[in-house]
This record gives sequence, C-alpha cells and structure tokens, in this order.
Amino acid sequence: MTQRIESSGYLLSSVLSPEQELIDIRISNGVIAEIASAGSLTPGASVTIESAGMQLLPGLVDLHTHLREPGREDAETIRTGSAAAALGGFTAVHAMANTDPVADTAGVVEQVVRLGREAGYCDVYAVGAVTQGLEGLALAELGAMAHSMAQVRVFSDDGKCVSDSLVMRRALEYVKQFDGVIAQHAQDPRLTEMAQMNEGIISAKLGLTGWPAVAEEAIIARDVLLAEHVGARLHICHVSTSGSVEIIRWAKARGINVTAEVTPHHLLLTDSLAETYNPIYKVNPPLRTNEDVLALRTALADGTIDIVATDHAPHPRESKECEWSEAANGMLGLENALSVIQESMIENGLSNWKTIAERMSYAPARIGRVDASSGHGQIIKVGVPANVILIDTKIRRKVSEMKSASKSSNNPYIDRTLPGQVLYTFLRGEMIVANGELVRPL
Amino acid sequence: MSDVVTPVLKRHLLSIDDLTREQAILILDTADELARISDAPIKKLPTLRGRTVVNLFYEDSTRTRISFEAAAKRLSADVINFSAKGSSVSKGESLKDTALTLQAMGADAVILRHSASGAAHRLAEWTKGSVINAGDGTHEHPTQALLDAFTIRKHLNKNPEQNGGVGADLTGVNVAIVGDILHSRVARSNVLLLSRLGAKVTLVAPPTLLPVGVSDWPVSISYDFNNAIGECDVVMMLRLQLERMKSAFFPSAREYSRLFGLDMERLAKGKKSPLILHPGPINRGLEISAECADSADSLILEQVTNGVSIRMAVLYLLLGGADA
Repeated sequence: MTQRIESSGYLLSSVLSPEQELIDIRISNGVIAEIASAGSLTPGASVTIESAGMQLLPGLVDLHTHLREPGREDAETIRTGSAAAALGGFTAVHAMANTDPVADTAGVVEQVVRLGREAGYCDVYAVGAVTQGLEGLALAELGAMAHSMAQVRVFSDDGKCVSDSLVMRRALEYVKQFDGVIAQHAQDPRLTEMAQMNEGIISAKLGLTGWPAVAEEAIIARDVLLAEHVGARLHICHVSTSGSVEIIRWAKARGINVTAEVTPHHLLLTDSLAETYNPIYKVNPPLRTNEDVLALRTALADGTIDIVATDHAPHPRESKECEWSEAANGMLGLENALSVIQESMIENGLSNWKTIAERMSYAPARIGRVDASSGHGQIIKVGVPANVILIDTKIRRKVSEMKSASKSSNNPYIDRTLPGQVLYTFLRGEMIVANGELVRPL
Repeated sequence: MSDVVTPVLKRHLLSIDDLTREQAILILDTADELARISDAPIKKLPTLRGRTVVNLFYEDSTRTRISFEAAAKRLSADVINFSAKGSSVSKGESLKDTALTLQAMGADAVILRHSASGAAHRLAEWTKGSVINAGDGTHEHPTQALLDAFTIRKHLNKNPEQNGGVGADLTGVNVAIVGDILHSRVARSNVLLLSRLGAKVTLVAPPTLLPVGVSDWPVSISYDFNNAIGECDVVMMLRLQLERMKSAFFPSAREYSRLFGLDMERLAKGKKSPLILHPGPINRGLEISAECADSADSLILEQVTNGVSIRMAVLYLLLGGADA
C-alpha cells in the first residue's frame, strides 16, 4: 500500500463518547490527535465529518468469523468478508480455521493474514485449528502457528467440538506456553447426531431431530473443570442456552479462567422461526427458546458472557434453497451485528454503549491477545491508533435495503427493520467506510 | 355444524394444522359421498378432466402412491408418476429445480412424499399448483390421519339415522396410538386431527420413543399398554423400524414386542373390544401379532380402501373448485 499522506486528518464534531459525553475528536496521522468538549475544536486543515449526535465507539473486534477462504471462495473471500466487517463497524476479525485446506499449519494461517492485509478493509487475524484437519484426534502444530508471522493466539476446531477429553486437556495445557486460548465449540457429537434444531416443543411439532441443550452444557461443564485442573485459559464459542450461562457463572465465581461469547442471532431470534422450514434460520448451535434468549441477554449485560462474536457464516444460495435437513448451518452476521445488539440490548435498557464497547471491542481484543500496536480494543484517548466508528443510532433501516459486501445472502434479518447503522469506520486513521459505503469499493 | 362457515380449503394440504374442524369434517363427508362411486360399476367422475396431478415420490411407498393414483384417476385427472430416489443436492437435481420443472410442465397438483420434514412446505413456496403432503420425514402425513378418522367415524357411529356419521366429529372416542411416536408422521397428524375432532388421544410408548416436547400436545401419555388399552375404543399401532434398535431406543425387538406389541391376550384387556388400526405395512409378530392383524376387529384393509376415498375428497376439494 502507498504511504498514507493525511496530515490534514478528520474532525469528528459533537459525537457521543461511549460514556455519553458530547465531544470533538480529531484524527490525524493515524492516531487520535485531540479530544475536547463538543464545539471546541476548529476544523483547521481537517476534513469535518457531519457527525453531530452520532455514537462514537472503538472499532469492533470479532473473535469468530468465517471468511471461507481458502476453499469456498464462492461463498466469501477474505476480501469480501473483511469489507463486510468494515461496513459492520469491525476493524479486526478473527478468521475461523474450518477452511479447505484447514488452517492447521503455519502456511495457511500466514496466507489468511496476508490476504487480509492485501485487502486492507480491516485487520484479519487467523484462528488456528486445535487438531489436525479438525478431526479431534491429534494436535495441530499449535506452536508453529503461534510463532509464525500470523502470531496465532486463538485456537479452535469450530464447527466441530474437541470432544475427546484427553485431547482437550492437552490442548488447554499446551497453548499456555504462548498464552494462547482454546475456543471450544461445545457440542457433544453423540447427543447431536442428525440434529436439526433445538430440542423442545417446536422440534416435536415439526418432526425435526432435536438438538438438546444438554449437548452444549455437558461439554462446557467438562471443559471448565479441565481448565481449572490444568490452570489454563478457556473460551466458549457461541453460548446458546440458559443452562450454559449458569455453568459459566458458576465457573467464574469459582475463579476458573473462562470467557464466553454470544452471537447476535442468539440474542434476537428463537426456534419458533423453524416453523417456516426455511433453512435461513438453520444454524449451529441452533436458535433456542425465548427463555434462553432472555438469559443470554442478562448474561451479556452482567458480564457472565464476556463478548459478542458474530459467527458470520456465509453460504451460497443453493446451500439454503433446499430441504431443511439438507441445508448448511450458519447465517451472515458481520453487517447487522451492531444493529441487532442495539435492538436486543440497548433499546430495551438492558445495557449501554459503554458496556457494548467492552463486549465488542476491548474484551475480544484482550481474549485474542491482540497486539496493542494495532490499536484494537483500546480506550479512545489521545495518542492511540485511530480505530473508531460512528453510528447513527436514530435511524431505522430495512435490512433488505442496506448495502452488503458479502458474497452470500443468507441473512436471517432480511425481512426485518433494525435500528442503527454504522456510517463511518476508521482503521488507524484511514477512512474505510464513509456514509455507510466502502470508500474503496470492492 | 353450528355456525354458517364456508369451509373453503387452503391451496395446499401440508399439515393437519391447515384444516379447521369444519374443513376436516367436510373432507370426511365428501369422502363418504365419493366412496359410493367406488362401489358403482363405473368408478369414474369427470371432475378433474384435463387437470394434471403429479405423484412426486422421493421414498418408496407403493401403497400411498397407488392410492393417490387411483383417487386422481377416478376423478379423471391425468396422472404422472415421478419417482426420484435419494433426495440430496449432491445426488442430483435439487427439490427446487424439480418443482420448477413440474410447474413448467403445467402440474395442477403435486403430491409429495419425501424423507425430509418440511419438504412439502418448501415445495409449496416454489410452485404455483397445489401441494399435497403425502408424508414428509417425521413431520406429518395428513391424508393418512384423515383416512384413519374416516374409518373410525364410520365404525363407531352406529346411529343409522346418521348414515355412517356424516356431519359428525369424534367426540367421546378414546384412541390409543402405540409405538414409535418420536419418528412417526402418522402419529403427529393423527394427534392433531383426532383431538381437533374431539377424540381423547393417549400415546403409548417407551419414553425413548416420545419427543421431549410432547408435554405440549393435547394428549395423555402412558408407558403401560396393558393399562391404557382398558378404556380404548380404538388402538392404532405404528410400524416399528428395526434400525431404531441400533440407536439404543430400546434393548431388543422381543422386549419391545412384549411391552408395546398387540397380541390377543393384550387385546382381551380392552373392555370395549377396541378396533385395530395400522397404517401399514405391518411387521407381523413385532408390533402386532398375526392373529390381531387378521382378527374381526382389524380394520387394516378397510383403511386402504378408505384411503382412496379420502384422497379423492382432498383432490376434489383442492382442485375441483378452482377454474379448470
């Protein structure tokens, strides 16, 4: 990329800080140059952004994204996926390892990171596989990935559970040497054979094979105990049940080093949507009941669940235009994540933007051990790299009318109207998104 | 019928949930009328002349396919049989493409049998014609439930004034449905329909073969067949698929048969000498003994006969009213 010449910078005037103070903020030379009370900074040479009353947040960090490259470039590429991330307000994403070939070697993770840099829409971090080929049998070369240019710190067989207790124990222990974390996809494979949707009243009616909550909860219970035993760091992917929340709450109270994520869709959608038999609502873990949704919201608000992660999972049309049981699991998440959070956490008063900054920026960057020099997940103050976003929280948009950069269209919110839209995304001072559109089109 | 309701059917028959009580009774009454044609020397009505009905069967089911075929032909429809084994996208044409192809050929109705729950719902989104669900995975099999209700009504309504129960529902009838409820589309449709028609339904099965969400159904549950059969007017036996044994649903075929099979000894515990129904094909000696299957109380073959009348009624009501 060419050297950025940006001495003029940008002035964001009268924006709301995460703490809800009205401030002016100047971005210059890639960093936050000045912060002052609203109306006190003059534009000077800076370009003034029409931003009065917009919500300022640190650039979001996604710990769980499927970018599909290498292998399924028909569904998404690192370029299109990272552009979608920028449109959703993310300045960093972690690309999951279940690509083809699997990201279980230094070569693949380095390629992912390099393609992310070339695209330049946001920083792409690679998640390494825990086991070779995601087969759950033998550890992948975790050290090689950690020490590679990709500097992998998060390891996950996501899509599959590390179900063997001994392999899980070893993985937890092994990554301690480079302060890594195992991000577990908690799903007992035997309890979920052929499973299609949450097991309960709706699955009984629809005749779709049930996916019991206990299949998730049993693995989480085992893994927090393993993490305690070996003194390791554990992260639980996409928590979806109220029972899981209780176990994590218990584990944290006990001092176990566990963190957890919830997806936007598990905070908004329920298993009753399966009554349409439209597999746009088919996802792993499945959509659960309203009671689960409410428990997840409470847990995210009180910090039992540490972060929001999108589990953005693009699929080509033919993988969803079929019978439910034939369809692929997964839904898009990057572009509407913040709107869904506003709908499910802010508008009802459960949480506030300061907490959301913690859950979607600071905490995920911490869990991923993202290098401070990147500027991700840092409190907005003078001198830090300018990874910031501006949100129009007053707007309500039909999702179907919003711009999308993803190559796929499996968007479960497509028929909804959601609040809020990310209008500006800055990555180390560079304007990536302006007025809700990519500055550099795909 | 109490109110003046014009029970016009929806375009599709995907689930018993698509039917009100009045619509269900209309189908049974229509079947009753059409059954008389089946008894006549010339078994044909011109109602659906020039209409095309496609039997789209992704699963082997000779009896259901032939039943629909006979029903459509007796109404003078043109029938196309399309059997497509193996449904997955990887194995060939997708369901959507098949739907679009059939539509391009001008199918007025598609009768779908498919191994995936909800397949008929999906098909209905992609085609302009009527879709009749002839069994989708472990979800529903509405025409089977209708023919079961028809058979029960005919036999239990002994009032000669009422002409085989025309206009009546099933209030006060006790029905036990016995066997693999979890995987049974016949059970799901029957629970909805029989309870909608006023019958009291008891499900008899080992806990492993009942869905976790069964608590929400309008039924009672029993694990004890000997006890449950006491007050039954009807026992409906479900076919047991032996491959369930591999997934630890029950220990052995013998044990299943001892606890949940119907034999003469158990039948004798029924105080009301219950009628015996089975959707077929039967596993003699497994869920039902040969003696029971062939006994005077067994209506298994009559169910087959009534199936044609019910399917004629459904086709007639879904297609007959529309502009030809």
